[in-house]
Amino acid sequence: MSKKKETVVVAETKAQSVLHEIMSGDPVRIALSILLGFIIGAIFMVVFNDQVVRAWSNFGSDPGLAFSSIWWTIQDGYGALFTGSIFDTNAGNFLDGLRPLTETLRFAAPLIMAGLGVALTFRVGLFNIGATGQIMMGLAGATFVSTRLHMPMVIHMIVAVLAAIAFAAVWGIIVGILKSRTGAHEVIVTIMLNYVATALFTFFLRQPGLLLESNGGGTPKSDHPDGTAMLGSLLGPNYNLHFGLILAVIAVVFYWWLMEKSTFGFRFRLVGHNASAAKAAGIKVENTFVWALALSAAFAGLAAANQGLSIDGGLTTSIEAGIGFDAITVALLGGSRAGGVVMAGLLFGAFKAGSASMQVAGVSPEVLGVVKALIVLFIAAPPIIRALYRLPKPTPKLLEPAKPVVKASK
Amino acid sequence: MSKLEVTPGMFSQVELKPSLKSTITMAISGLVVLFAFGIFGKAGDIAFVWSDKRESIQLPHWVVNSMLFCTVVGVILLLLAAVAFVFTRMNKKTPIWLVIIFGLLAIMALLGWLATGAPQGVQMVFILSNTLVLAIPLILGGMAGIMSERVGVVNIAIEGQLLTGAFVSSVVGTMTHNLYLGMITAMIASALLSMVLASLAIKYLVDQIIIGVLLNVLVIGITNFLHSAWLNNDSSHLNFPGTFDRIAIPFISDIPVIGQVLFNNRITVYLMFLIVPALWYVLFKTKLGLRARAVGEHPLAADTVGINVGKTRFWWVTLGGMVAGLGGAALTIGNVGSFGREMSGGQGFIALAVVILGRWQPVYVTLSALLFGFTIVLRVWANQVSPGVPFDIITMVPYLVTLVAVAGFAGKVRAPAASGQPYIKG
Repeated sequence: MSKKKETVVVAETKAQSVLHEIMSGDPVRIALSILLGFIIGAIFMVVFNDQVVRAWSNFGSDPGLAFSSIWWTIQDGYGALFTGSIFDTNAGNFLDGLRPLTETLRFAAPLIMAGLGVALTFRVGLFNIGATGQIMMGLAGATFVSTRLHMPMVIHMIVAVLAAIAFAAVWGIIVGILKSRTGAHEVIVTIMLNYVATALFTFFLRQPGLLLESNGGGTPKSDHPDGTAMLGSLLGPNYNLHFGLILAVIAVVFYWWLMEKSTFGFRFRLVGHNASAAKAAGIKVENTFVWALALSAAFAGLAAANQGLSIDGGLTTSIEAGIGFDAITVALLGGSRAGGVVMAGLLFGAFKAGSASMQVAGVSPEVLGVVKALIVLFIAAPPIIRALYRLPKPTPKLLEPAKPVVKASK
Repeated sequence: MSKLEVTPGMFSQVELKPSLKSTITMAISGLVVLFAFGIFGKAGDIAFVWSDKRESIQLPHWVVNSMLFCTVVGVILLLLAAVAFVFTRMNKKTPIWLVIIFGLLAIMALLGWLATGAPQGVQMVFILSNTLVLAIPLILGGMAGIMSERVGVVNIAIEGQLLTGAFVSSVVGTMTHNLYLGMITAMIASALLSMVLASLAIKYLVDQIIIGVLLNVLVIGITNFLHSAWLNNDSSHLNFPGTFDRIAIPFISDIPVIGQVLFNNRITVYLMFLIVPALWYVLFKTKLGLRARAVGEHPLAADTVGINVGKTRFWWVTLGGMVAGLGGAALTIGNVGSFGREMSGGQGFIALAVVILGRWQPVYVTLSALLFGFTIVLRVWANQVSPGVPFDIITMVPYLVTLVAVAGFAGKVRAPAASGQPYIKG
């Protein structure tokens, strides 16, 4: 084989692996899944819209209106999603127009961080749905530091973020230990610990000695966090975007390095690929589980810090905002890769950012919940999308031929 | 040739090796009752109120001194723990009646301690009947869990099935003015959702846990959207079904306490009374059940003897979905009277826990579900009679108990061997 041909092949596989990195999986299928999700969402919007129903009941007198009402509903709905999450076409100048994009980034940051946590455990072959509980514990840690301890600028923030990470990690380690020492299934353990953590955080919020606001009454609510502990604003007072985005960027880079470049990550992937082979290769699978769950929870802790240290107001359990549960779908959609999780987080962040303007436009933003669920369902269950679009079954990928170890000939 | 003895439950019932752990748990609870509630308890009287005002036969209130009562109960509990210890020493299982009596007495002591000095006393009928009604979705969800896990399919989608049942029964019940039709359509809708789960998991071998989680997300998304975009516009014509009438069974509903709690209920409760023993009977006493359990324990062996693994799994999961749909209907037309946003509120996940806590056996699962139902009632009630009790901690108890059970501290818990594993005919 000529050397030239070999280089071409190598280049091709490299390009493929980059795409893999971005979307993890067949890009055509992913595009079709997203498209189909939006189409079905549009159907939901149209069928349950008063004006459309009225226009169609007068179909005989004005058929044109009946059809155009469908078009206008879809345009209103998804148009509002666009102006609410990407670019506001009504804004005075270009920079103000970009404000929705910064909102998308702000909403995406905690989703990405928690999503990376769940993704990490997927790669190790664990199904960790405990991000909710880990975020609750992280919030407990962050809130304690931000409201009860007083420190100078920057240091206070760093300590609060570290406290969130540590508290969350402890919650993850509990799962890891239960899993590795007793064989308890992590799904059931994490579900139970989610409830326990929520109750525990509420309990802390009720105790005057712990987190309850000074002059607080019966409602479980904390004080405002100290200004010194807050995640600072990134773009000035006109934008809500805060330092949480930087935390998310750091988290993504760290995740990529950890999973793709480090020995640690290699061990994780090996265990996820084939635990018994990893065991045979001398990897302590049980310890790997504990480490993976601790690290995964640490990412959830970052999301907790993002939530707990960004709002100038008393915290309740509602600050968790369903991020722990969304993190599962983010990780699934992102194929558990760093790049994929970023994309998925941005998409869901855009959905959150666009909800308000959809509400204003008179279209129920809840439809995005349907779109979101459908997209992830189609991507996680390839047979559905293949059947719907009549795509050919993928030919089983041949294993890459083992590269012969070429020793320098004497 | 060695003789192979086939005993009932040999294929999938938990093989319990008598262990001292449960005895120790009992002894510790007994000591807590004796000392914390009894000897060092609250001074004052407890009024046990046995009868509702509506009942025809009125039992007198029973007023006892709190410390005396809890001390006596504590001593009895310790004696029961001693009996359990003897059983364990003789290498026998602690009988279930002993555990039930122990549990009931411990609960009485807890309720009494909480209500010491409270003017309204311990309203037994209120507490027990609410426990039962609140536990119905958990019990039926648990039965759905048993039916799919026994054949080897992990069903995380119980939450979605309950929510589907709740939504459909409410909407159809309102629109047709026929609650029975609402209930039946709820069961059908839930069964259809189960068919999606079953076919994706069995035929297309998509990861069962992932597909279950995603179906939950999908149902939550759809019902949230329909609730805000459709039901809220005209809720009196779409989401106002009311509830089934209570049916008092003649004569036995007049029995004090028991009659009111058990035999003056809505049809959803009576259906549960039928479904639980029926499932137990089918699973453990019939050929059909033996086949189902064989599929869940060792699909290859089942296939070898000619059982169609895929088909068995598909139909059991689908029927389980019907039962969960009934549980969802019990939330709306069996209790609340209308559909609320995400009204299942995680009960489908609790049902998963209940299945494990009850060791995949219908009767034990029902008892576990009642424990969860009881804590829901307790949280509300304890706050009324004895404010200041940290009820967030009470909320945690069933979850902690489940964790302890899953981690194997309270006896060995073993799932059906092939649960969660797809079967690929080779």
